Amino acid sequence: MIHRYTLAASALALGLAGAAQAQQTLVYCSEGSPEGFDPALFTTGTTFDASSHTMYNQLVEFETGTTNVVPGLAEEWEISDDGQSYTFTLREGVEFHSNDQFQPSRPMNADDVIYSFERQRGDGSWEYFNSMSMPDLIESIEKVDDRTVRFNLARPEAPFIANLAMDFASIVSKEYADQMEEAGTPEALNQRPIGTGPFTFVDYQTDAVIRYARNENYWKDNEPQVDNLVFAITPDASVRLQRLQAGECHVMPYPNPADIDAIQSNTDLELLREPGFNVGYFAYNTQQEPFDDPQVRRALNMAIDKQAIIDVIFQGYGEVAKNPLPPSIWGYNDSIEDDPYDPEQARQMLEDAGVEDLSMRIWAMPVQRPYNPNARRMAELMQEDFSEVGVDVEIVSYEWGEYLERSSAVDRDGAVLLGWTGDNGDPDNFLAVLLGCDAVSNANRAQWCNEEFDSLIQEAKTIPDQSERAQLYEEAQVIFKEEAPWATIAHSAVFMPVRSEVEGYIIHPLGGHLFDTVSLSQE
Amino acid sequence: MLKFALSRLGTFVPTFLGVTLISFAFIRVLPGDPIIVMAGERGLSEERYEALRAQYGFDDPIWVQFWDYLTGILQGDLGTSFVTNRPVWDEFFALFPATVELSLCAIVIAIVLGIPAGVIAAVNRGKFYDRALMSTALVGYSMPIFWWALLLIIVFSGNLGWTPVSGRIGLLYYFDDVTGFMLIDSLLSGADGAFGSAVSHLILPSIALSTIPLAVIARQTRSAMLEVLSEDYIRTARAKGLSPSRVNGLHALRNAMIPVITVIGLSVGTLMAGAILTETIFSWPGIGKWMVDSIFRRDYPVVQGGLVMIAVIVMVVNLVVDLMYGLINPKIRNR
Repeated sequence: MIHRYTLAASALALGLAGAAQAQQTLVYCSEGSPEGFDPALFTTGTTFDASSHTMYNQLVEFETGTTNVVPGLAEEWEISDDGQSYTFTLREGVEFHSNDQFQPSRPMNADDVIYSFERQRGDGSWEYFNSMSMPDLIESIEKVDDRTVRFNLARPEAPFIANLAMDFASIVSKEYADQMEEAGTPEALNQRPIGTGPFTFVDYQTDAVIRYARNENYWKDNEPQVDNLVFAITPDASVRLQRLQAGECHVMPYPNPADIDAIQSNTDLELLREPGFNVGYFAYNTQQEPFDDPQVRRALNMAIDKQAIIDVIFQGYGEVAKNPLPPSIWGYNDSIEDDPYDPEQARQMLEDAGVEDLSMRIWAMPVQRPYNPNARRMAELMQEDFSEVGVDVEIVSYEWGEYLERSSAVDRDGAVLLGWTGDNGDPDNFLAVLLGCDAVSNANRAQWCNEEFDSLIQEAKTIPDQSERAQLYEEAQVIFKEEAPWATIAHSAVFMPVRSEVEGYIIHPLGGHLFDTVSLSQE
Repeated sequence: MLKFALSRLGTFVPTFLGVTLISFAFIRVLPGDPIIVMAGERGLSEERYEALRAQYGFDDPIWVQFWDYLTGILQGDLGTSFVTNRPVWDEFFALFPATVELSLCAIVIAIVLGIPAGVIAAVNRGKFYDRALMSTALVGYSMPIFWWALLLIIVFSGNLGWTPVSGRIGLLYYFDDVTGFMLIDSLLSGADGAFGSAVSHLILPSIALSTIPLAVIARQTRSAMLEVLSEDYIRTARAKGLSPSRVNGLHALRNAMIPVITVIGLSVGTLMAGAILTETIFSWPGIGKWMVDSIFRRDYPVVQGGLVMIAVIVMVVNLVVDLMYGLINPKIRNR
């Protein structure tokens, strides 16, 4: 029986300790418990915050604060002319973490990279890898030498590089996996994680506290800044705020919108804000009369007072969406003009299209999402807007699982409120996933298959050059706007309240919470 | 006495079977396919859906699934969580001590305050103390725990700064679990101030969780006392010139205890329900919060296993209560 008691923690700069200490401990009031610590097994942001974002690296990564892909564990990479083979040169001398059961005997090399992907190609239980269609995309992975790995793809696919920066692509230690397999405890990979990332795993008390320590051998200079990182799991948003105010933690995610004003007026706290990487939309069923007529869809779009929705549902903390992409993504077409809110003209357009006494259903999601904090209320606002132009609305809702399933059906009756948060910062991740012909009867809730649009996004997928791709996506957005399979409603803002002694926190556009750049000022 | 205990145990088996069946059926009756919920906004292909169904065993006929589940339980295997891939049994016992610690503190507060309050109210029937105590109890009984817990935090932790906001112990204390009970582990760790920190973290959640049982016990004690106080033997005791405290404390209270013990036994069920809300608000890592999370994730094995374990515990507590009646009142034993 060993009792550990660290004095290190007395450095909690939380008014508990007196004099300034050498050790710094950053406390993050996280919103939920991680499902585990092997990021490839899971799909939720809460789990990634506690695993891939703290303890792992990928071959390439998103530059902090942007969605640009920059070198990670790979120093550089080369793409063949046909766009089907990617050759990565690995960084030298990157050390894996160690724990009381494992001491790495060698630095990270090609075997670890190959193992990290091969294990996921083997069977179907790797959810994210599968849902990004990686199994049919990757044809083979070769070891060229210890520092060089080549991925051969079944077809040219430009978003592949962004996929490699995602959490499921975290590099794990083959040596550790082999040792644990031999010891008969393969679950250790998930429960006592070993990575190359900025923090090392110390301990997890289920549903309560996760502790990490600074990785002294981290390959990035001057990171991380703090010595200890603690996740204090606090599911209720009001309680998180109370803890932040009381100094029990330094950073909290997901404040209640109603608390935003109080946070702003508290001098101990600072409120960071960035536009969210998401879109909330309203998808017509474009295979159903009269919504198969683009004029009808555009008329209805013009009947929606989106600004009122931003003011009421997002309490002003969001912006009206004109495109299916969030504004911070490359390829966003800012020259597009949104159809104006104009009930008069909308009524006229409906009349011109021969639509009379229209009655329709609006589907309201039963859950809160950043892209739509209150779908029921949003549907009610739209119901009022539509009645202005003589359209009668019935609001329907189902339990979340049912909602997702039924709204995918091609013969669905009515238009659906839903949304999306980007996975990897690539426009393809919005346009192909949500509006591609392949996704009809699945994630394409508009059931919209437009050949011109689809050929543009398919072509963009095969071109490695980003500026060429951006041009194609901009064209695709013009078609989208003319055809109006959705009403694009909103992009929400993301808020992070932090204590004023927190320095260097950067909101990650893709929604993750990262602490490698954060430090605490000495009071 | 043995016969009595055995007959009580006999009712255990059908109740247990009923609970397993209901827990199995309920989570499946809930709308929402767990695989669709897992896939979220993204959706998934037909083949992928079928593959996942097979992986989780959903493609077996429902009675086969139930049979596997039942035989698993009898062998002490509650299954493996869909979400964390850890055995339900391990998760339950990692979290259970936290719930027990909180529930015990709450029930102790409820008994220590509730019984005297009920006695005082009964003795002063219709007077100021009676009215004040009983209307307070009514308020306590009707208050939503969620709101009450948040109010406690805002006043005592936020405004006054007397108690920590949430968690089980200050984050600067870090030691291995020995018993899982923070009060004991903090003493064993020998760390300065750890015990005090554990106590201060327990205060608000215990108060929040004890509120409803406290009100119920106070009201039950009062009405049981009133009934007993009107009995002839109380008049006799008074006539004999015994002091009021002896009459009330010894003769009346002892005889009024049976219904009060019943209520205490039943409130174990209430505590489990209350623990769900209290644990969520106070970030208390117990089984209440764990169950709620699993319901939202449609984590069938955890919901089933957790329900069965909770039901078994409530059943055991009530069995103990039944046996206690027998000890207190021999008449019940022979019926």
